[in-house]
Amino acid sequence: MTGKPLASIVSAGMSKFGRLDGIYSRELFVEAAKDAYEKCPNLDPKKDIKALIVGQMGESFEHQGHTGPTVADWIGLTPVPTMRTEAACSSSAVAIRAGLMAVMSGLHDVVMVGGVEKMTHRKTSDVTEYLAMACDYPFEQWQGATFPGLFAMVARAHMHKYGTTEKQMALVAVKNHHHGAMNPKAHMQKEICLEDALSSRVVAWPLKLYDCSLITDGASCLILTKPEIAKKYTDAPVHIIGSGQASDTIGLYERENLTNLDSGRLAGEEAYMVASVEPKDIDVAEVHDCFTIAEIVAYEDLGFCDRGKGGCLVEDGQTGLDGKVAVNTSGGLKAKGHPVGATGTAQAYEVYLQLTEQAGKRQVKGAEIGLTHNIGGLGATGVVNIYKRG
Amino acid sequence: MSLLSEVRPFTIESFYKFVGDGKLMAAKCNNCGTVTLPPRPACSKCLSKDLQWVPVGNECKLLTYTMIHVSPKEFESKVPYALGIVKFNEGGQLLGMIRGIEPDKLQVGMTLKVDFERTSTAPATPAQTPPQWPQWPRYFFRPA
Repeated sequence: MTGKPLASIVSAGMSKFGRLDGIYSRELFVEAAKDAYEKCPNLDPKKDIKALIVGQMGESFEHQGHTGPTVADWIGLTPVPTMRTEAACSSSAVAIRAGLMAVMSGLHDVVMVGGVEKMTHRKTSDVTEYLAMACDYPFEQWQGATFPGLFAMVARAHMHKYGTTEKQMALVAVKNHHHGAMNPKAHMQKEICLEDALSSRVVAWPLKLYDCSLITDGASCLILTKPEIAKKYTDAPVHIIGSGQASDTIGLYERENLTNLDSGRLAGEEAYMVASVEPKDIDVAEVHDCFTIAEIVAYEDLGFCDRGKGGCLVEDGQTGLDGKVAVNTSGGLKAKGHPVGATGTAQAYEVYLQLTEQAGKRQVKGAEIGLTHNIGGLGATGVVNIYKRG
Repeated sequence: MSLLSEVRPFTIESFYKFVGDGKLMAAKCNNCGTVTLPPRPACSKCLSKDLQWVPVGNECKLLTYTMIHVSPKEFESKVPYALGIVKFNEGGQLLGMIRGIEPDKLQVGMTLKVDFERTSTAPATPAQTPPQWPQWPRYFFRPA
């Protein structure tokens, strides 16, 4: 018997992800919101939505702060109260958590939670510098660290302790590109082969270009309601039945455990407990594959396999569409793309599609229970939510 | 006590001032004995503010590493460069560049020594322009 619904998703929306030249973040969000509105004809956005919570990592990308009211205005919600959440790459997973608090406390019956990031108009060097702000500037970037470099050190530690291979990491990329090729909203809709991944240029050894997720523009959102009123808006809601979040040191260098991300593990343990489900119950999962090693680490932190066995899990094909748990059916951050602030709610959007049988060619048949796992920075934030078909 | 002999505050700025003097210094808690590196204004374990500066030994052990091939502009002249996380016997861990070693000689668990960059010889900033922040000196690691 699974736990009680904490809140219900009655609709979800996502913009096309990709390099969307000349489109500002607020305009991207219009596309996501319109998608959610159109999927839910029983909802009158202006009348029903009582608050907007939007995740976004940085003002640096557009020289624009105060995202909440800006976006609310563009999607016709002014004068509802708004809030922006910031937790680096997990900004909109934290928006979902804030939405849960708003609904569960009784403050609002219906809220929109979402996320957005506009990145591709900036030079790659600028983007990587902004993203690195999610780490410990005085002791990491100042000393020469890059974001891929820090995950590369997690990968090296994992290889040393558990024998994880570069091939296993590359297989994560191959799998996620295979899924992304079936997602019409994904940034990269093309297959890649193992040889290409392994021979791509080195970014931070052992991580190569094809181990890295994409710099992407995009927006995504969910309409959350109190569970009791969900059926007023849709016959097929998806319930959030578990949620967990944890923090860790801002610097990777301070941690005793360099092979895994404890915030993801702790968030998962909390979410499983609240949802009264176990790792084996999860049918579909969207996990944080900002780098391929991060997906392998996520398998372990979420209990899909034993510690150290994540590389083997992907090598055995257990995380593909026909595997024991289908992971990153959307293409993940790797192929769908990673507009950092939009990623948390985009993961939930994919799980919503899967649990309402709307995932098209990549549909996992009969998926009942889904999970999202979103990491901020080097795991200084970890958020896990668990969902059930309504 | 004169101003000059006052204990330096247990801050990031102080830590890097010591680095500029060629010293790696940590904060030791007089209450519980925990050594916090880099220092914090309160003990990372018991939150006591009763702290003292203690030197950290020269030797450390490499926990993990990478070779950076794509770097920020500032470090472009150095690529590819090795970067590692090290652990000190006294407690505490740091991240920094590893110099003077071939990439294929790097090994998890190897012993490294701490060294310090010489202070920058950049021309003095005109008085009316605030200097760019930060301007901390850097430490690095090399084979023992």
